[in-house]
Amino acid sequence: MIRFLLRRLAISVLVALSVSIVAFALLRMSGDLAQELAGERATAEQVEAVRVANGLDRPLPVQYLDWAQRALRGDLGVSLFSGEPAASLIAARLPVTATLALTSMALALALAVPLGVIAATRPNSWIDRVSLMLAVFGQAIPNFWFGLILMLVFGVYLRWTPISGSDTLAHFVLPSVTLGLSAMPAIMRMTRSGMIDALDADYVRTARAKGLLMPAVLVRHALRNAVLPVVSITAVQLGALLGGSVVVESVFALNGIGQLAYQSIQRLDFPVVQAIVLMVSFIYIVLTFLSDIANARLDPRIRLA
Amino acid sequence: MSAASDPFAPLDVDRLAPRTLMVRRALRHPGFLVGTGIVLLVALAALFAPWISPHDPDAQALGRRLIPPVWDAAGRWEHPLGTDHLGRDYLSRLIHGTRVSLIVGLFAAVVSGTIGTVLGLLGGYFGGRVDAVVMYLVTTRLSLPSLMVALALVAAIGGSLTTVVLVLGFLLWDRFAIVVRSAVQQIRSADYVAAAVAAGASPLQVIAREVLPNVASAIIVVATLEMALAILAEAALSFLGLGVRPPTPSWGLMVAEGRQFMFFKPYLIALPGAAIFLLVVAVNLMGDGLRDITAPEGRH
Repeated sequence: MIRFLLRRLAISVLVALSVSIVAFALLRMSGDLAQELAGERATAEQVEAVRVANGLDRPLPVQYLDWAQRALRGDLGVSLFSGEPAASLIAARLPVTATLALTSMALALALAVPLGVIAATRPNSWIDRVSLMLAVFGQAIPNFWFGLILMLVFGVYLRWTPISGSDTLAHFVLPSVTLGLSAMPAIMRMTRSGMIDALDADYVRTARAKGLLMPAVLVRHALRNAVLPVVSITAVQLGALLGGSVVVESVFALNGIGQLAYQSIQRLDFPVVQAIVLMVSFIYIVLTFLSDIANARLDPRIRLA
Repeated sequence: MSAASDPFAPLDVDRLAPRTLMVRRALRHPGFLVGTGIVLLVALAALFAPWISPHDPDAQALGRRLIPPVWDAAGRWEHPLGTDHLGRDYLSRLIHGTRVSLIVGLFAAVVSGTIGTVLGLLGGYFGGRVDAVVMYLVTTRLSLPSLMVALALVAAIGGSLTTVVLVLGFLLWDRFAIVVRSAVQQIRSADYVAAAVAAGASPLQVIAREVLPNVASAIIVVATLEMALAILAEAALSFLGLGVRPPTPSWGLMVAEGRQFMFFKPYLIALPGAAIFLLVVAVNLMGDGLRDITAPEGRH
């Protein structure tokens, strides 16, 4: 187990390193940072002064190391737009996005896991077909459009929910449904195929032959094994929700990380964009690392391999 | 014993040439037929857009703004699907919008397919350290929030059809790499690969002549699914104003432009959104169908 953990940890750190290089490159690709810092009306000498003052005249690898060191200490740079530290801008918006991601994931799981299990126990039944159609639907519907339609139907025509903002939990209903539907198909397919494999396995046949009742077999034997890939895909999808909330937050005017990323991109405020990309990637890396540990705990074959 | 004399002979199917068998499976696969049919129709619309559109998609007519579609009492047959806030004919814009979606879907899949296939072939064939590097690249790519990076890149480079295709192509290759890699791993130890190696073929020759043809069907299946993803991504980018530039008729852009009027003119967002949805469903049905048809054991 220790060896497995260390290996996974080493890979995660390496990936984090390469992600940070990409994020760094993203900022440098966007143009001359010294010019941006100095402002549009700065003279060539002023730009040069800013360049030297900020160390932007040094070789890129040196600049990267310097930036990475500060990032490790929590200093993610300063917004070109407002001058505020990117880290505190992100921290202020994180609760909204975290709430959105968690409620969406809860909705997706509540729909996907039961449907996947039932579909697996009765392949080709009507419920299998309906859930498959739901998956096709969730995979193909543009989420910005689905959000607008929900807003029209439930916010404007029926007046059941507020249509924008993030003041109360009711404001999160439509965004969560929108985002949850996009996370649902992958989880459902994974639950269904995992359950079909598990139900085929010898230990499930043994359990059924022993006369165990079907619900007990399903939960104690089949679901326990089928849940491994579901845990992985849930971690992956949760990371995707954090990154994918750009669209939904912009549709519903939720003031979260996605909205901050979108606004910063429009203002070409690349230090903030870079900080958000870095943070979302790190959360994803941590999530997949945790899901690997969870899988290893649940399945001795993985941790002993 | 001929198969015809035994009505229960399941062997009958096995005697058919693989190609005939695939055509038979395709013709019996309703999802594949429906999906392919819709995609073909959309492709025809894209090809002949200037000839079948009733109006110029960019022609503004300020006296004819926001005319509703014909099913509305105020609709006119002159504009079957109405006009937008600048008086442009909506049907013509929708027809021309097929071009953006198909071009982005097709070329983004070609770019990402090339990158992903090369990486998957290398990792699957050579294994060991090469494979570790490939998987490391895949993990890094998966860790990056693709939509955010795409938005940032388009903003930095400037939005155009070419930018969108390249950015999406460079971001959506991960599934190609994973699928091709595991498909190659499965045939890596096959006799015909060993035979080619024993006959003195170089790795490049083995990969090009023996491995690639045998993973081609897997690549095509992933390509259709990635095409669907790229179409959705282009629509999202254009919706956020960081995709193709106005006045290019992109379905995502049309939803964005109709948004401010959606409360009293819902058709402005309903129509282009439904068009994206229909095309993506069709491409996905085609891809799922292709997977069933080309799977060695048939439908599963």
